[in-house]
Amino acid sequence: MRIFQQSFKFLALTVLVFLSTTIYAQSSHEDGGQIDTREEVDAYISHHLQDSHDFTFFSYTSDEGERKHAGFPLPMILWSSDGLVTFMSSEFHHNDDGHVIVEKNGLKFAKIHSKIYELEAGATAVNFDAEHHATNGARVLDFSITKSVVGILVIGLLMFFWFVRLAKQYKTKKIPTGFGRVLEPLVLYVRDEIARPNIGEKHYRKFTGYLLTVFFFIWLLNMVGLTPLGFNVTGQIAVTACLAIFTLIIYAVSGNKDFWMHILWMPGVPILIRPILAVIELVGTFIIKPFSLLVRLFANITAGHTVIMALIAIMFVMKDTLGVAGATGLSFILSVLIMFIEVLVAFLQAYIFTMLSALFIGMAVAEHDHEHDHKVVDAEDVRSDFV
Amino acid sequence: MVTYNLIGAGLIVIGAGFGLGQIGGKAMEGIARQPEAAGKIQTAMIIVAALLEGLAFGALILGK
Repeated sequence: MRIFQQSFKFLALTVLVFLSTTIYAQSSHEDGGQIDTREEVDAYISHHLQDSHDFTFFSYTSDEGERKHAGFPLPMILWSSDGLVTFMSSEFHHNDDGHVIVEKNGLKFAKIHSKIYELEAGATAVNFDAEHHATNGARVLDFSITKSVVGILVIGLLMFFWFVRLAKQYKTKKIPTGFGRVLEPLVLYVRDEIARPNIGEKHYRKFTGYLLTVFFFIWLLNMVGLTPLGFNVTGQIAVTACLAIFTLIIYAVSGNKDFWMHILWMPGVPILIRPILAVIELVGTFIIKPFSLLVRLFANITAGHTVIMALIAIMFVMKDTLGVAGATGLSFILSVLIMFIEVLVAFLQAYIFTMLSALFIGMAVAEHDHEHDHKVVDAEDVRSDFV
Repeated sequence: MVTYNLIGAGLIVIGAGFGLGQIGGKAMEGIARQPEAAGKIQTAMIIVAALLEGLAFGALILGK
């Protein structure tokens, strides 16, 4: 009975969370009419997919007709032509098209589509060319604590506390308590179903730490991306590229002699083919494998976010055809259903990234038994093994 | 120019859909023939599907 009550509570809470997303979107339409057309929806979605310098929960238009943003600013850390410059992102007043110029240390900065430009000396406003590129400014190195960085830091800290607590519990108790009970089966799953079969009994322990980290990092950030907080961390190509490069470094560094032999001078094929194969293998190992890892995660998460936001946007785009209630109902049902699929995708992408990383590492550390040049296998020999 | 990109994207999706159908169908067949190997077949299926998906997404992004 208690389990029933608890699961009912959980279900009610989940529905409430989904409802709050749609209701929020609905209200923002009613009091400002800010999103009505397809172009505005497109702009809104592409704005969400980008990283941002402020943490905004929601925006609304006040009674005086002023745009208000509920959220908090984040620190900007820039490396300009004059060294390090820091200030809070609130100085841009949520402006994203270069109209607000911030002056610091005698340098002028403008923010255009989440990119920071340093204006040339003497310039007072940003000049744009025909393609809307700034002509009198140069990009600066941006080390700001952006929204994605906040997400990464929060998840990193949470993972640190959860896993340290889990590890400590094994010293005093037989079984973990609290949230550790959720983590333990996942840890065992990654170790026994991903690391051990793909890397091999002999080497898997060394790489389990990396695989666990990358699995929980991707999974938790994917899940955070589905909440109304509006994170899109694993949908940033820089983040996925970084993760793929980690995997590349690990399998390139831990690769044994056989691994490099099979890349550079493939045994068992005619001498003239070997250089051609070396080129193919080098491209495959250093470009295609990491590229496929990074693109898969990035594209899956981006596609998921786009679909969810497009389905939520149905209520604005179709309100004239279906009526407000009909459009909202349709959008609500579709977005809840796609949410369930996205929860599955969040886990699946973390699993696939970890799985393929384990597979690539396994290829690099595999020990060969040198059967290439021994003997030609006779069909009769094979048959005798079975009969 | 945009139209060609869209036709290419459509072709990619058709190809990837066909491939995923093949993978899924054959895996089902394999599991039906040998239910005790379901776990292994599933793992292999997911890996191949992921590789295919990576290719399709790569083509979509490069073609954008």
